[in-house]
Amino acid sequence: MASSICLCLLRAVFLVCFVNPLIQGLSGDVNLVQDPRHRLEKNLTGLSIVTFDWHHVQTPYLVITWVFVAGLAKLSVIELNHHVISVVPESGLLIILGFILGGIVWGADKAQTFKLLPPTFFYYLLPQIILDASYFMPNKLFFSNLGSILIYAIFGTCWNAATVGLSLWGCYEAGVMGNLDIGLLQFLLFGSLIAAVDPVAVIAVFEEVHVNEVLFILVFGESLLNDGVTVVLYNVFDAFVALGGPRIDAEEIFKGIFSFVVVAFGGSFLGVVFAVLLSLLTRCTKHIQIIEAGFVFVVGYLAYLTADMLSLSAILSVTFCGICCQKYVNANMDEKSVTTVRHAMKVLANGSETMIFVFLGITAIDTEIWVWNTGFILLTLLFVFIYRIIGVFLLTWMLNKFRLVPIEVIDQVVMSYGGLRGAVAYGLAAMLDKDKIPEKNLIISTTLIVVYFTVILQGITMKPLVQWLKVKRAAHADLKLIEKLNNRAFDHILSAVEDICGRIGDNWWTRGWNRFEENYISWLLMKPKARKNRDYLFSIFHKLNLEDAVNYVSEGERQGSLAFIRSDEVANVDFKKQFGSEFTDVMPDIMVDMSNYELGIENFSVTSIVKDTIPSVSLDIHGKDRKNVADDINAHHLLQQHLYRSRKNHRHKFSRSHFSINQSEDEVQEIFQRTMRSRLESFKSAKMGVNPAKKITKHHKKDLTHKMANGHPDGTDHLYGDEVDSAVGSETGAIRGTFMRDTYTVRAGIENPVFLPAMDSPTHSSLPWLMETDAVAPSQRAQWRLLWTPNRLRRLAPMRVSTCSTDSFLMADLEEHEEKPQTDHEEEIRPVFD
Amino acid sequence: MGSTNSTLLKIPNVEVLMQETGFSPAHIIRLHDRFKALDKEGRGHLCPHDFGAIKELAMNPIGDRIIGAFFSPGKETVDFHTFVKILAHFRPVDKDRPKEPNSPEPINSRSNKLKFAFQLYDQDKDGKISRDELLQVLRAMLGMQVTDEQLESIADRTIQEADLDRDDTISFEEFRKSLEKINIDHKMSIRFLR
Repeated sequence: MASSICLCLLRAVFLVCFVNPLIQGLSGDVNLVQDPRHRLEKNLTGLSIVTFDWHHVQTPYLVITWVFVAGLAKLSVIELNHHVISVVPESGLLIILGFILGGIVWGADKAQTFKLLPPTFFYYLLPQIILDASYFMPNKLFFSNLGSILIYAIFGTCWNAATVGLSLWGCYEAGVMGNLDIGLLQFLLFGSLIAAVDPVAVIAVFEEVHVNEVLFILVFGESLLNDGVTVVLYNVFDAFVALGGPRIDAEEIFKGIFSFVVVAFGGSFLGVVFAVLLSLLTRCTKHIQIIEAGFVFVVGYLAYLTADMLSLSAILSVTFCGICCQKYVNANMDEKSVTTVRHAMKVLANGSETMIFVFLGITAIDTEIWVWNTGFILLTLLFVFIYRIIGVFLLTWMLNKFRLVPIEVIDQVVMSYGGLRGAVAYGLAAMLDKDKIPEKNLIISTTLIVVYFTVILQGITMKPLVQWLKVKRAAHADLKLIEKLNNRAFDHILSAVEDICGRIGDNWWTRGWNRFEENYISWLLMKPKARKNRDYLFSIFHKLNLEDAVNYVSEGERQGSLAFIRSDEVANVDFKKQFGSEFTDVMPDIMVDMSNYELGIENFSVTSIVKDTIPSVSLDIHGKDRKNVADDINAHHLLQQHLYRSRKNHRHKFSRSHFSINQSEDEVQEIFQRTMRSRLESFKSAKMGVNPAKKITKHHKKDLTHKMANGHPDGTDHLYGDEVDSAVGSETGAIRGTFMRDTYTVRAGIENPVFLPAMDSPTHSSLPWLMETDAVAPSQRAQWRLLWTPNRLRRLAPMRVSTCSTDSFLMADLEEHEEKPQTDHEEEIRPVFD
Repeated sequence: MGSTNSTLLKIPNVEVLMQETGFSPAHIIRLHDRFKALDKEGRGHLCPHDFGAIKELAMNPIGDRIIGAFFSPGKETVDFHTFVKILAHFRPVDKDRPKEPNSPEPINSRSNKLKFAFQLYDQDKDGKISRDELLQVLRAMLGMQVTDEQLESIADRTIQEADLDRDDTISFEEFRKSLEKINIDHKMSIRFLR
């Protein structure tokens, strides 16, 4: 429904914006740049208040309206139908939508006035996509597979170009295509432009099918790096065609090969130079933070244009610029600017991608370019498809002899099938010179058909294929400190073992580079401040903590109050009340779960708990005592963490805490931290000695003995171990389990109770929204991550909850007992609850 | 070929060794040469200080632990067989090799690789990585850039991530579980040992 409305809207917008002006006789040369003086020459008959001056704004107006239309197209495609989206890739749908739009233009205009022109594509649409791709390139993955990627990019592309060109020529000579004005060199030129796998199409399709990261980087890296080869092959054969067959001698061929080296390495080198420039620039943009994000785009674009100016590979240039600068730029710039760059980059890249696909569709609706030659077109499709497969299998077979982890056969199938051709091929075809290549239109139409075939058909079938072959998918992994830590350890282990074996292996190079990078390059390109805080593991830790804190606060706010920060009992009650009154009928599951949890403590009615929990805690002397300190600390935390503050402050704080070892100006901070910590420690030990929990336990226990016939009144003064021993195996095991959890969380009130690590079982944890139900699932993860350290975020002081060790493994024992009785219990309780 | 065979013949029980480790004769010979080069005094076994003489290894932050992994507890020397067996942990897993159903688990299996990494942490060999043990490794690896307090909180968090039974230590089982997502075959293999 929404989709059809969208489409209607789209058409309406379209008709209003374009067709009307066009019908008014403006059709024809759209790119006509209006001379501003034109206006002055008009005969002024009088002062007009409002004038309609379309010519004045025509070009920018059309451009921006097309951008708008493309955006709407993307919107309508996304909103179209989620079912369709899951089958047909977005890029394919955009092309199809482009057909429709093109049809409308055609219908209104009787000629295709809008086309994807090569300059527009190469100068305004492509750079930001490549910059985006390289700026977010997973560098480690990329460089560890660089060898394979280069092999595919260089030899794979050459192979494709040569075989497709030669086979087509062979078929032509055999007379399959009829009479065409085309020779061997033209075929090879065509082969070279159709050979390259297209980065835009690959990104668009592969981002939707989440294949494993190695496979992705192989296809994706190939599509980026083969540009060097494509440009060279294209230029060389273009020149050869211009020269004509007889004048090509060994010298020219040698020059062609040499030009490959220059173009590819020159382009890459230029990119690195611009990356260094950009990094140096961001080192000193401290005082113009507001525009520093812009530099990334400007310098990236400059890298592209400069390379193009020097006839080097522009794509390689911007690729290496993005890959090399990302680390330093992200470290140098303010976090706000980093975020800006990240989002702006995505906006630009996605926008251009949409434009490209829409225009690829629109371009098709034009009778001028279509020349049909069944033999040529079908054979091209066939050869492109088959030689890609052969090339991939051949090269992989060779690569697997050297690779540590061989590329599996199903991965090879996906790689061959992922050989998507796209707008780059079309752009190159459209740039051909009609005088030199009489069959230009045939080449364009064949290229377009290959593009449509690969993007739409192969795009559609890619997902089913990946599923059918059971290709290893990318595991959506959460960031985990232990993994990062062990990765680091593995690196050290491997390089140590290489040393022991006495051979120079991959890790030797990696380590050598890292050392060099650390000692010289970062020194040059990074701000001193950024360098200090740069340890990777530590920044991961920092990131995790920030995430926790944000999740924690947002979770609290989602619940409508931050009150739970102060005390979990209050939170329970508040939440319970609120929840009970508002959502009982909506989410009965949760209520059952909650009742389960609450009534696990006392099989009593809900209201009694609401009344009971607070008094039972606050009547306790130690509880009071604790509450004071806890309030203190909680207030401290609250102010420290949960008031709104910018990220910059976080960071600033962070580096300050770092300096605090050496620098006297931060001694105050240091002293404060230490005092705070020692207070906490002494307080904690005091608490442990008296064990307030026991008291609290007593309260609960009393209730329990009142309410339950099979309670153990003698157990009140026992330590946990004894209690559990007596409880295990009894029918009340489950109740004990939950009950203990609760007392535990209450007891350790030193810390912000919400964060206590002992709340390991979601169904029994003391926070109501931790209930494991579908309705609250989204917040589940957030809560899980909260269990750890956010309260240490600021001070980073280790406040060990050592008390939990006494009962933790007993709880683990209890776990199995809990499961089943719990359900029994639930049924038992429900009548009471109702 | 003649020299190859003669070198191989000098190594006692070389057949068994190759069977156990899966190394090819070429690898065995290469490692044997290396072993002899490390064993400067020609005693036929290596001592910790022989390893310490490797310059790069001395710079490795956890180098001493890796050296320690070569010596079984209470022993001061390592002979060639043990040397090769330890290095066999890092042989890439070969998928083509036919699996005999009742053959023992190869040294380079995933869990053996993990065990090797685990025992680098677990210095007191109680089968658990305690907080202190983790802290030592962290201190070595992160160096001076991070304060002690920060290190401690990193260690805490790491333990909490892996610690399933809440005993504040990481057992091997927990260690294995926490690294389930990591391609150990990839991370703990060296290409030239294939």
